[in-house]
Amino acid sequence: MHRIKCPFCGERDESEYVYQGDASVSHPPLDASVSDFYRYVYVRDNPKGWHREWWHHVGGCRMWVQVARNTLTHEIYATALAGETLDFPEDA
Amino acid sequence: MRYSVFSLLSQGLRGNRGWQPVWRQPSPKSQYDIIIIGGGGHGLATAYYLAKLHKRTDIAVLEKGWLGGGNVGRNTTIIRSNYMLPPNTYFYEHSMKLWEGLEQDLNFNTMVSQRGVLNLFHSDIQRDAFARRGNAMRLAGVDAELLDAKQVKQLIPVIDIDNARFPIEGGLFQPRGGTARHDAVAWGYARGANALGVDIIQNCEVTGLDIENGSVRGVHTNQGDIRAERVGIAVAGHTSVLAQMANIELPVESHVLQAFVSEGIKPLLDTVVTFGAGHFYASQSDKGGLVFGGDLDRYNSYAQRGNLPTAQNVLTEAVAVMPAVARLRLLRQWGGIMDMSFDGSPFICKTPVEGLYLNGGWCYGGFKATPASGWCFAHTIANNEAHDLNAHFTIDRFERGNVIDEKGAGPFPWEQ
Ligand SMILES: Cc1cc2nc3c(=O)[nH]c(=O)nc-3n(C[C@H](O)[C@H](O)[C@H](O)COP(=O)(O)OP(=O)(O)OC[C@H]3O[C@@H](n4cnc5c(N)ncnc54)[C@H](O)[C@@H]3O)c2cc1C
Ligand SMILES: [Zn+2]
Repeated sequence: MHRIKCPFCGERDESEYVYQGDASVSHPPLDASVSDFYRYVYVRDNPKGWHREWWHHVGGCRMWVQVARNTLTHEIYATALAGETLDFPEDA
Repeated sequence: MRYSVFSLLSQGLRGNRGWQPVWRQPSPKSQYDIIIIGGGGHGLATAYYLAKLHKRTDIAVLEKGWLGGGNVGRNTTIIRSNYMLPPNTYFYEHSMKLWEGLEQDLNFNTMVSQRGVLNLFHSDIQRDAFARRGNAMRLAGVDAELLDAKQVKQLIPVIDIDNARFPIEGGLFQPRGGTARHDAVAWGYARGANALGVDIIQNCEVTGLDIENGSVRGVHTNQGDIRAERVGIAVAGHTSVLAQMANIELPVESHVLQAFVSEGIKPLLDTVVTFGAGHFYASQSDKGGLVFGGDLDRYNSYAQRGNLPTAQNVLTEAVAVMPAVARLRLLRQWGGIMDMSFDGSPFICKTPVEGLYLNGGWCYGGFKATPASGWCFAHTIANNEAHDLNAHFTIDRFERGNVIDEKGAGPFPWEQ
C-alpha cells in the first residue's frame, strides 16, 4: 500500500487517490507542430526508477498532488502541490 | 526425443531415467544472424517460426532471467479472438487457429482447452455493444453467440444472474476460446526452437545496443558483446528500457497486473467467464483452483508485485459474480509487468533503426497472441517487411491518427 502525503491533508492511503499519470509532460504552445502534440499526448519516458506523477486526491481535498515515486521499489520521495517545485532525487 | 504414448510407456517401464533435458544450455557465440532479446512466449515463438518457416537457424534468444520467468509464466492463461476492430480481429483469429494446431506442431502438450469464453453484459446498452462486436467477429469468420440470461445460467449455474446492483442480462460467448498451460507454451516453443538449432541463452541480460550509422550491429550483454545484423526486441514489460537504448520514443508505460489462485475445489466453472460491470475474469484450473484477475494497479510500476486496494477490488468482483466463492481461501497471488500501449494494441514492426525490430505493447492480452505474434514477428524479421496481419501494428500509427483503440479508452494506458 502506498501512503501518499497530501500537502493539505497529510499522509493518506493510495485508495483515496486517483492516479493521473506522468507529471513531467507539459502542454505545447497552441501553434506547435503535430509531432510536438503527438509527443505530449503519447510519448512517455516510462522510467524504471524515479518518476514524477500526478495523484488526484479525490477522496480528500480534491487537489492534484505531484509525487516523486520510484516505479521499482514503490518508495515515495516527496510530494508537492501543482505549481510548486517537487523535490526529486539527484541520481534520477 | 519425440513425445508419444509409447515414449511415455517405455520411459515409465524404465523408471523414468531416460528423459533428456529439452534444450541445450549453450554459451553465446560472438556472432549470430539474428538475435531475439527476451525469452518469454513471444521471443521463443519468434525464434521457432524463424527456424521452422523461414529456414533461419543461426539465431540466439537472450533471456536475462530464466526461461518463462516473465509474463508468459504469470498470466491467467486465457486465449480468445473476440475483437471488433479489423486489425485485431484477423490477427487474434490467426493466433486462435495456430493454438488449435499447436500441440501437434510442437509435439508438446500445451493443454489448449477450448472451454469457451463468456463475456457477461449487464444493461441494454452493453448488450448492443457486445452484439455489434459479435457481428463484427462473425463477419470475419470468428465464432460468436449472443446468449440471454437464461442461457447464461444454464451454461454457468454458479453465476448470480440476479445480482441486485448489476443484474446479468446475457453474454457474448466464443466457444472456441479457452485456456492453455502457460509454462508449457514457453517450454514447447523453446524445445522446438532448440531442436531446429536455435541457441537459447539464459541469465544473459542485454545492457546496450550497438548501433552504427542508423543500423544495428549487435548487442552488449553481461556475457559479452554479440554481433548480429538483425535484432528483435520482445521484452514485454521492459519494452521502454530497450527502446531507450536505441533512442526510440514509444507510447508505452509499464504497469503491474496481479493474478490470484484459490485453494483447489471440485469442478465449479468449466468455461472462462468475465464480469462486464467491472473488470474481472476467471477460470478453473485442472488442479481445481480458481484462477482470476481484474484491473491493473493503476500506477506506473516495474515491481512484480501489486498492492491491496486492487486485490480487494478484484475479490469483491469475484463475489459479485459468484457469491458461492466468498468463503474460499486464496492460495497464491503475484504480479507481472505489462507493456501498456496508449491504444491497447501492440507493436510488431520495424523501427527507425535499420535491422532493429520491435515486438511489444501487449497490455493484458499478449498470452493469447503468442503464436501469431511469433509468427508475424518472424515474418517481419526474415523479410524486413510486415505481413498483412501485422501491418497496422506500427509505432507511427499514433502520429498518423490511426490508433487501434478497441475500448475507446483514449490515451491513458492504465485505462486500456
Ligand atoms: C497477471 C497477468 C495476467 C495476464 N493474463 C493474460 C491472459 O489471461 N490472457 C492473455 O492473453 N494475456 C495475459 N497477460 C498478458 C501476457 O502474459 C503478456 O502480454 C505476454 O506474456 C507478454 O509476452 P512474453 O510472453 O514474451 O513476455 P515475458 O514472458 O515477460 O517475456 C519477456 C522476457 O524478456 C526478458 N527481458 C527483459 N529485459 C531483458 C533484457 N534487457 N535482456 C534480456 N532479456 C530481457 C524478461 O526477463 C522476460 O523473460 C497477463 C499478464 C499478467 C502480468
Ligand atoms: Zn488532500
